[in-house]
Amino acid sequence: MAVVAAVPRVEAQAAPRNLGDQVLRVVLRAAALTLVLLVLAMVVSMVHASWPAMRAFGWRFLASSTWDPVAEQFGAIPFIYGTLLSSLLALLIAVPLGIGAAIYLAELAPAWIRPPIAFLVELVAAVPSVIYGLWGIFVLAPLLRVWVQPVLGKSLGFLPLFKGPPYGVGMLAAGIILAIMVVPYITAVSREVLLAVPNTQREAALALGATRWETTRIAVLRYGRSGLVGAILLGLGRALGETMAVTMVIGNRPEVAISLFAPGYTMASVVANEFAEATSDLYLAALIEIGLLLFVVTVVVNALARLLVWSVGGPVKAIRE
Amino acid sequence: MTPRARRALNVVMSWLAAAAAGLVVLPLLLIFAFLLWQGASAVNVDFFTHLPRPVGEVGGGMANAIVGTLMLLALAAALGLPVGILGGLYLAESRDRRLPWTARFLADVLNGVPSIVIGIFAYTVIVLPMRRFSAIAGGFALAVIMLPIVVRTSEELVRLVPASLREAALALGIPQWKVLLRVVLPTARAGIITGVMVAIARVAGETAPLLFTAFGNRFWHQGLDQPIAALPLQIFAYAIAPYDDWHRQAWAGALVLIGLVFVVSFAARVVTSGRFTGVR
Repeated sequence: MAVVAAVPRVEAQAAPRNLGDQVLRVVLRAAALTLVLLVLAMVVSMVHASWPAMRAFGWRFLASSTWDPVAEQFGAIPFIYGTLLSSLLALLIAVPLGIGAAIYLAELAPAWIRPPIAFLVELVAAVPSVIYGLWGIFVLAPLLRVWVQPVLGKSLGFLPLFKGPPYGVGMLAAGIILAIMVVPYITAVSREVLLAVPNTQREAALALGATRWETTRIAVLRYGRSGLVGAILLGLGRALGETMAVTMVIGNRPEVAISLFAPGYTMASVVANEFAEATSDLYLAALIEIGLLLFVVTVVVNALARLLVWSVGGPVKAIRE
Repeated sequence: MTPRARRALNVVMSWLAAAAAGLVVLPLLLIFAFLLWQGASAVNVDFFTHLPRPVGEVGGGMANAIVGTLMLLALAAALGLPVGILGGLYLAESRDRRLPWTARFLADVLNGVPSIVIGIFAYTVIVLPMRRFSAIAGGFALAVIMLPIVVRTSEELVRLVPASLREAALALGIPQWKVLLRVVLPTARAGIITGVMVAIARVAGETAPLLFTAFGNRFWHQGLDQPIAALPLQIFAYAIAPYDDWHRQAWAGALVLIGLVFVVSFAARVVTSGRFTGVR
């Protein structure tokens, strides 16, 4: 009897608790689902909005280098080329510097100097893109035009890379600005990768009589190799999609030019420059298709990067600025 | 190699690495120096209290852009923070299988998506149906950029709350939802606030996603469904214009913007320092 009597009382107490729990569970699930749906909506809405251009040009969009809004002929080659070239140029500068700085911060620097430098590196990443662009227009471009490009033109002008008049703005300026902007990401992620290398690696090398540098080279860099490649890819992902600073210094001309002195255009900067002024539906759809292309490329690069970084030291904690 | 050569190489490589670290940080100092040199002279009371003057008239300020940026940030926070923090709580607490994995992966994907692409997204889902540029569209774009940062930091910090605390509360017979909202979240609060401020600092300087959502405005905004000025947009517009006075104002705007970003970033550090030493 007593047991039977006890049952309803327990239920009566349990009911409100379950209600609160259920409400909270539904709310939390809804928040997470919002994130998932947002990304899905992103893909769907961009495919939908770029459909007119896909239908009109098909794969030719990716193979044509004509960009003529007046004649409504759109091809993405100049932008793909500009994006790849400027990003490669940026990595060429940023990778040695970034990995060198990471080695210094994780392996070689005295302990007291590490936190302030790591903090300054974070601040480099926190400077807004438009401010890099402003600095690029008024400091970097004149510097290149007056000092760097004439010297390069004179000494290496026989190479097609350094031919042409020195404008200041152009592919070279874009590459340098991009390098400055992605190097803190490469530094921070590489540093995390190096710090994730087990100490037994270092101790073994040091015990064999290796110097600090030899230890770094043999025991640390080799162990963290795939993670470092991941760090570089994360930097590449940033460089591919970087918009404002590049738009302000690259010169914005839709041409495929070999020379680094010549103006160019990137996928992100053509969208930034022409989107608000796109006069026809097809023009707008073509710009959105370029955005979609950029989206797909950055997603692939980032996914690859994350897998590689995870392979060394668990989920990446890239700096968040 | 002789021992002497090995030691020499060690010294050389150490200096090279130190030089690389110096070169990484150098641009920050250069940019800061130029901002102070070019911008400080144009930052005055007028800059904070006046509207932009028409072309050709010297003077005026960016009051509308400063207010606009603050409003866009408030809008973005109002839209993005509840979803972000609750989503993070879900990722840390849920025992489900598929949804947490998917959401975590997509948060990381979203974090890597260029901000200009998010601008296009906001344009297609808000500007096109409304048929006009608006503050709401700009705030939405910034909220989408904030979201993955807030989700992932909240998750990380909720995970750091010791299980013993939770168990103690549950052992007292407190229902689970109350434990989460009254014990777990408050314990992680300082860290979550840091994550929020870092996210705000990150979007405060965003320009690309505002170009065709908030669009910019040379006057005070006329409501949330109308175009609104933003500091980064104004800096961009002034920097590429051919007027010397506008260039000066662009430098001044940049100085104010970077001040805003750095103050929020520093504040984020102060909130956590000392309390949660294990938390970045």
